[in-house]
Amino acid sequence: MNLGLLPLLQQLVLVLAAIVLFLSFVLLAQNRLISAIHAFAWQGALVAAVTTVVAATGHIHHLYFSAALTLALKALLIPWMLHRLVRRLELERHTESLQSPTLVTMAAVALVIFSYWLVLPMIQEELAFTRNIVAISLAVVLIGLLMMVFRTQAVAQVLGFMSMENGLFLAAVSATGGMPLVVELGVAFDVLVAMVLFGVFFLQIRESIDSLDVDRLNRLRETGGDQ
Amino acid sequence: MDNYLTLPGWVLAVFQSCLYIALAPLLVGWVRKVKARLQNRRGAPLLQAYRDLYKLLAKEARVAHTASPLFRAAPYIVFTATWMAAATVPLLVVDLPTAAIADIIVLVGLLALARVFLALAGMDVGTAFGGMGASREMLIGALAEPAMLMAVFTLAMTAHSTNLSSVIDYHLVDGFVLRPSYLFALGGLVLVAVAESGRIPIDNPTTHLELTMIHEAMLLEYSGRHLALMEWSAQIKLLLYGTLIANVFFPWGIGRGFGAAALGLGLAAVLAKLAALGAILAVGETVLAKMRLFRAPEFLNLALLLSLLGLLSHVILEVGA
Repeated sequence: MNLGLLPLLQQLVLVLAAIVLFLSFVLLAQNRLISAIHAFAWQGALVAAVTTVVAATGHIHHLYFSAALTLALKALLIPWMLHRLVRRLELERHTESLQSPTLVTMAAVALVIFSYWLVLPMIQEELAFTRNIVAISLAVVLIGLLMMVFRTQAVAQVLGFMSMENGLFLAAVSATGGMPLVVELGVAFDVLVAMVLFGVFFLQIRESIDSLDVDRLNRLRETGGDQ
Repeated sequence: MDNYLTLPGWVLAVFQSCLYIALAPLLVGWVRKVKARLQNRRGAPLLQAYRDLYKLLAKEARVAHTASPLFRAAPYIVFTATWMAAATVPLLVVDLPTAAIADIIVLVGLLALARVFLALAGMDVGTAFGGMGASREMLIGALAEPAMLMAVFTLAMTAHSTNLSSVIDYHLVDGFVLRPSYLFALGGLVLVAVAESGRIPIDNPTTHLELTMIHEAMLLEYSGRHLALMEWSAQIKLLLYGTLIANVFFPWGIGRGFGAAALGLGLAAVLAKLAALGAILAVGETVLAKMRLFRAPEFLNLALLLSLLGLLSHVILEVGA
């Protein structure tokens, strides 16, 4: 594929998708929770931008709606809720570094290569230019998963989960021109409800183990009975 | 490529490399001036860097009595290697004979040669500061070089050539194309350039007192013309990186023929681009604080990650189908 032959808007989609992938790496390696939430908000905004541009190039009108929904939910509402939660749990100054950041980053790079290899047969069909993005979105999903595995802090794990959802949405938009509106609405509200539930869980976990480090949940406590 | 090797081509190549030497202090003076204005100072005049060099060149060069001949030879080697490296980067026009005989890998190699001699000279006299500076310089160099090579390979893969002249030519023919890989390569190369030319988040070019210095620590024992050559080659290095970024990523305006009009336009374009880059550098240096040395690997890891993502996104997004 010669990139120079594509219209400028389609080149823009590829650039935006690449930045979404980069933000996944930023999320993975970010030590400060507040900065991680900001990175997540930017990722949501970029996914919304990709959706808008795909809608504009393909003249798919319902995608404008889902772009607006994504922007409102993933770039504004959920980051705001997380922000409020973090402030309420007094975690603004909390920093948590990965055990070996370089190794985790290299694992994420390996995941990108793996997802490219996985998608390769599909790309060779060459149905639309956006097929290339499927590899990127798969990588975003896998990096979100990696983040959930390596992070011990509950809020950071939720960020990983939400960025996985970003990746799935990117795949849906780029591969098939968006899901039906009903499905999209359903997923959006699921995510919202999940966010609310996570908030409740944070408070509960915090109350029972006095920390949000989920590794501590593995330990047995003898004094558990008399609470 | 053989048709590059003509007499006017060689004359122009020599002229261009002399222009590198002549312009390097101006860029440093410009960055200092903008920085001073941003800090509400009037700052030294633009030509102050030339005056400093002139003053140093006229002074007597004192050499410590423990120094070996390498200490005396190092400034000349460093200066020549940096100058040769600069000569391979097209400043005004593409298709010069220097471009035909040297590509980006030679450029990286020449810079590595300069770095090795700089570090050796730092250790030669045997002062504590020199050895410390040399060890830090090698740390930064070892981390920055892979990132730079990776960014360079991204360019090379797009243009199917490691020759800077043909890379720039390819972009001029291709017109304006948004490439995700270039965005990442640009980011990686900017971080590498900042680290390699000893600018603020990694090293502070104006400090002489703290324990944090890297580049200055190796030059502490130099004086007179030796010091002038060392500082001059650092300035050429900054100009080299600036030109590399300006002309490879924003090649518009560079001359493609040897006519006077093309040369004039090329000079005006490159001066404008370098002035803009210098202003951005000055703003960056004003906004950011210097990092602790132990955070430098993180900074350069980010550069490596950006370059690596550039390479990957080239393969995934641009060649993919």
